[in-house]
Amino acid sequence: MKHDNSYTGQDFKVIGTRVKRPDGIDKVTGRARYGADASLPGQLVGRILRSPHAHARIKSIDISKAEALQGVKAVVTADDMPVPQGLPGDLAHMLENSMARGRALYDGHAVAAVAAIDAKTARKALQLIEVDYEPLPHVTDVDAAMQPDAPVIHDWIYTSGVDPKPEKPSNVVQRTEFGLGDIDAGFAEADVVVERSYKTEATHQGYIEPHACLANIRPDGSGELWVTTQGPFVYRNVCAQMLGMDIAKLKVTSSEIGGGFGGKTHVWGEPVALALSRKANRPVKLVMTRDEVFRASGPTSSTSMDIKLGATRDGKLVAARAEMRYGNGAFPGIWGMLSCMTSFACYEIANCKAIGYDVVLNRPKVAAYRAPSAPMAAFGVESAMDELAAAISMDPVEFRLKNASREGGQSHYGPVWGPIGIRATLEAVRDHPHMKAPLGPNQGRGMACGFWFNIGGQTCSDLNVGIDGTVTLTVGTVDVGGSRASLGLIAAEELGIAYEQVSVNIGDTGSLGHNDMTEGSRGTFSSGMAAIFAARNTIEVLRERAAKMWGIPVEDVTWEAGQAVAKGSAHGNLKPLTLKDIAAKSPKTGGPIAGHNEVVADGAGVSFASHICDIEVDPETGATKVLRYTVVQDAGKAIHPDYVEGQFQGGAAQGIGWALNEEYIYGKDGRLQNPGFLDYRMPVCSDLPFIDTKILEIPNPGHPYGVRGVGETSIVPPLAAIGNALSNAVGVRMHHVPMSPPRILKALREAEREAC
Amino acid sequence: MRYESPTTTSEAATLLAGESGEAFVLAGGTDLLVRMKNMMVEPELVVDVKRIPTMRSIEITDDGGFRIGAAVPGVEVGEHEALGRAWPGIVEAAGLIGSDQIQGRCTIVGNVCNASPAADTTPALIAADAQVEIIGPKGQRTIPVAKVATGPGQTSLTKGELVEAILLPPRPANSGDAYLRFTPRTEMDIAVVGAAVSLTLKDGVVSKARVALGAVAPTAIEVEPAAAAIVGSKLDDGALDALVKACRAACKPIDDRRGTIEYRTEVAGVLAKRAALIAFERAGGIQ
Repeated sequence: MKHDNSYTGQDFKVIGTRVKRPDGIDKVTGRARYGADASLPGQLVGRILRSPHAHARIKSIDISKAEALQGVKAVVTADDMPVPQGLPGDLAHMLENSMARGRALYDGHAVAAVAAIDAKTARKALQLIEVDYEPLPHVTDVDAAMQPDAPVIHDWIYTSGVDPKPEKPSNVVQRTEFGLGDIDAGFAEADVVVERSYKTEATHQGYIEPHACLANIRPDGSGELWVTTQGPFVYRNVCAQMLGMDIAKLKVTSSEIGGGFGGKTHVWGEPVALALSRKANRPVKLVMTRDEVFRASGPTSSTSMDIKLGATRDGKLVAARAEMRYGNGAFPGIWGMLSCMTSFACYEIANCKAIGYDVVLNRPKVAAYRAPSAPMAAFGVESAMDELAAAISMDPVEFRLKNASREGGQSHYGPVWGPIGIRATLEAVRDHPHMKAPLGPNQGRGMACGFWFNIGGQTCSDLNVGIDGTVTLTVGTVDVGGSRASLGLIAAEELGIAYEQVSVNIGDTGSLGHNDMTEGSRGTFSSGMAAIFAARNTIEVLRERAAKMWGIPVEDVTWEAGQAVAKGSAHGNLKPLTLKDIAAKSPKTGGPIAGHNEVVADGAGVSFASHICDIEVDPETGATKVLRYTVVQDAGKAIHPDYVEGQFQGGAAQGIGWALNEEYIYGKDGRLQNPGFLDYRMPVCSDLPFIDTKILEIPNPGHPYGVRGVGETSIVPPLAAIGNALSNAVGVRMHHVPMSPPRILKALREAEREAC
Repeated sequence: MRYESPTTTSEAATLLAGESGEAFVLAGGTDLLVRMKNMMVEPELVVDVKRIPTMRSIEITDDGGFRIGAAVPGVEVGEHEALGRAWPGIVEAAGLIGSDQIQGRCTIVGNVCNASPAADTTPALIAADAQVEIIGPKGQRTIPVAKVATGPGQTSLTKGELVEAILLPPRPANSGDAYLRFTPRTEMDIAVVGAAVSLTLKDGVVSKARVALGAVAPTAIEVEPAAAAIVGSKLDDGALDALVKACRAACKPIDDRRGTIEYRTEVAGVLAKRAALIAFERAGGIQ
C-alpha cells in the first residue's frame, strides 16, 4: 500500500492543543505499573554476580555450593547461554555483555546469576559462587587506550577505515571521516585560527527506574517477558535470537517506563532473566540495583577531541577540522562515527573534515544517550566557535548566523538540507529579551547551537472503532514523554472527532507487527504517521459502511468533520452519518470497523536548537549556579506543545547536569568510584532555574503534519552554552567537562598565576 | 531481624545490651534504612526510639540552655523559634541534611552518631560546645559532641549505650553562630567541606569563639588556633586572614570522588571566613 507522507499544510482543529495526558492520573497516584510491578505465581528472585575487576580472565566458576543452598532454583553462567549458530556479531557482543564469557571486561560485568525463592537466599547464593579470577592489565582512558603500549582488550579488533590495513590488533575499532572541500586550502585562506583540545567524562542516562523485568519461559520453550524498555519488539527479536528461540514464541510486553533516554534500547539483564527462568522452569523477576545500573548499563562515551576552526576577518568560517576519540566501553560501537556526522552540521563550511575514532575500553558497553555523541562534539565545536567569534571581534550569534547551514546547502555528512531551522533559532535567540537582560558581577551569558538527525523507521498501528463510536489506537512505540496524548490528538484530528473519544494503547509484541525502538526522536513522528495512515484506512471502511447503510455507491460518500456525507444532488436529502451512527450498525454492515498501517516512516526531518544561559560563578569556591536558561528549537509542528516543551526542558536539564557535575570517576584499579546518585551528582530540582522554551515550527515536508522529532536535540547545546557563559562570567575557558567546582577553581587559580 | 519500640530509655538500653548479634538504634532511619536496603548491614535487632517521650521533645533547660531529644526530626528543629534565635547556626546545619522529604525524619543525634566526617550538624555542635547525654547499662553520662565520633563510622559509645539528647549551653547576650558547607548540589548531597563558627562579643569585639571544620579529617575537628585568631578582633582583614590560614593548616583531608585535598583545604578557609562574618553579624557585630 502506498502512502503519501507529504506535508499538507492543513488547518488543525485539535492538533496543537494542550489536552490532558491519559496516563497522568495513574502516574501521579502510583497506580502505573513499571518494570518491577509485575508478578506471577511461583516467581523467583533473580540476582547477578558481577566482576570486581576491570579486566580479568575467569579461570573457573564453581557454582556447586550455590546450587546446593536450599531455596536456590537455578544458577547460570555463560555455559547456560551458549552462542546460537549464526548469531550476528553485534548480538553476540550483547550476549557476552549480558554474561561474561571467559573474561570479565569491566568492573560490574556479569559473571553468573541465581534464581532463588527470596532475595535473602539469592544474595547468599551469590556469596557461595566461587570465581577464580586472574586479573589482567586494564585501560579506562580513551587516549591511553590508543597508545601503542596499551593493553589490547580484544585480539580480534583490527582498525577498519585506515590504509594500510593494520597488521596488529588494537583497541581502535574504526576510523571514520566525513567532510567537504580541501581543509589545507581552507586554513590557508583563514585570517584567524583557533585550535583547542577538549575532554569530556562519561555520563549516565540517569533514569529513575532501574532496569527490571519478569521473565517466564514455559516447559514447551515458549515464553513471555514483562520489561521496562524503549522497544518491546526489538527486545523480543534480540532476546529470542540470543537464546535460540523462535521470535514468535516470545511475547514481550513493555511496562510503563521510568525514563530511558536511550539506555533502555539495549538489553542487559533480560537475557539472563530468561536463561534463569528456562533453567529453573519458574518465572523470574530481576530488578537491578542502582549500583548495578551505574556499573553495568548505560553510559555514554568518555571523549577526547582536537578541534581546529578558521575564519576570515569578515566572519566567514572557511575551514574546520575535528578529530574525535570516543570510548565505546568493552565492545565496538559507532559513537565516534556519530560524532563526526553531527559535529559541523550547524554550519556551512566549504572545507571541513571530521575524523572519528571508536575505541574499546574496560568500561561498561556504551549505550545511546539522547542525541548520542552529539553533545560532546558540540561542546568542542561550539566552544571553539565562541573563541573564534571573540578573536575576530564579532558577536557570537551574528558569527553563527553568518555561517549557518541553509536550505539547499550541502551538509558535511551527506544530505542536501531541506527546510531547516538553524537560522530561525539563531534569529529567535538574537531577538529574545533574555539576550538583553542585565548581568551582575561574576555572572555571564553564553549561547550555543545543536543538531540531531532524527529517524523514522518501521512502524505499525491499528485503529479499532468500538460499537459506541469510541476509538482505540494501538501503537508499537513506547510512551516515553507524553506520546499517547499526541497520538490521540492525531487520530482525533484525522477522523474529525473529539480527543476524548480516542484511547491510545501501547501494544505488546503479540498485538502488532514489528516496530523499531522508540529512539532517534521517532515516537511521535513515526507512530503519528502510522496513526494518520491507519485513520485514513479506517475512513475508507467508514465510507463503505455508510454507502451500504444508504444503499448508494461508495464514490458518492465523503468523510467530513467526523461524519459520512452523501454528496451530489441525488442524495441531497440524506442526513450525514456520524462515526457513532456507523459504528452502532457495524455488526450488521460487515462486522468490526478497523484501520491499520504498516510503514517504514521515511522523511524524518532534522532538528536544530539554540540555547541561551546565564550563570554565576563563586570565584572563591568555583561553584556555578545556573540563573536563567532559554531553549529555542524547531519542532516542525508541535502536536502537543506541553510535551514538546517538556522534551526541551528535560534535555536542557540533563545537559546542565552533564556540563557541571555528572561524571563517571574511575580509580587506578579501574573500578567505578561513584556508582550511586549520592556521588554521581545529577542536578536536583533546586539546582535548576525555570527552563524557558520557545517552539519554532518550520514544517518538515516529509510528514503530513510537518512533524519533526523533538526529543533529543535539547541535550546538545548545554555543555557549550555553559562553558561559554563561564568564560564570559569569570574569564576562564574550560576544556574539560564536567566543569565541576574543583576544576573551575583550579582554572581560576591558574589564570591568576598567569596574570601575575 | 527483631524490631522493638520501647517507651523508656532504660528499656532501650537493656534491649541493646542484651542482643548478641548486630543491633542498631532507629530514629529517623535516613542512614540506617538506606544501609539496610543496600545490604551494607543486616541487623539482628532494631530498636526504634521514636516512642520514647523524652526523646521526642526540645526543652529549655534550667540553666537556660536547650535539650534536643534524640528522636526529634529536622523539621521540628527548624520550627523551634527559641532555638532558632539562640542557635541559628545549629538550626541551619540541621536543615541542610538531605532534602525537605528527609527533614521529616532525620535527627541531629542520628547525624552525630552516624559518625560521618562530613556530618553537617557535628561542626556546628562542636562550635557550640554541645554535649551529648548518653544512657547505658551503667547509667547516664555526658560527653562533648566532639568525643562521640572516633573515626569514619566509629563512635566511642559502648555496647548497650545510646544517646538520649543533645545539650546546648545557655547563650550569653551578643552571641551568634553560623554553619556553611560546600556541596556541588543544593540538596541531597554530602559536604565536601563544612565550617562552623560560634562567637560572643563584648563591646563589639569578639571575646569568645569556637571554630570547627567538617569533611577535612577523619572526624569533624575543632580548630583552636582559628578561634584564637579572631578573639580580640572585629573581624578585620588581618584577623580573617589568620583565621583562614589556621583553618587551612588544620585540614588533613583525603582525595576522593567528592573532592581533592587541594580543593578541600582551600575551600575550608573560604567557608570559615564567611561563617565567621555571618556569626559576627548575628551577634550584632559591626565591622
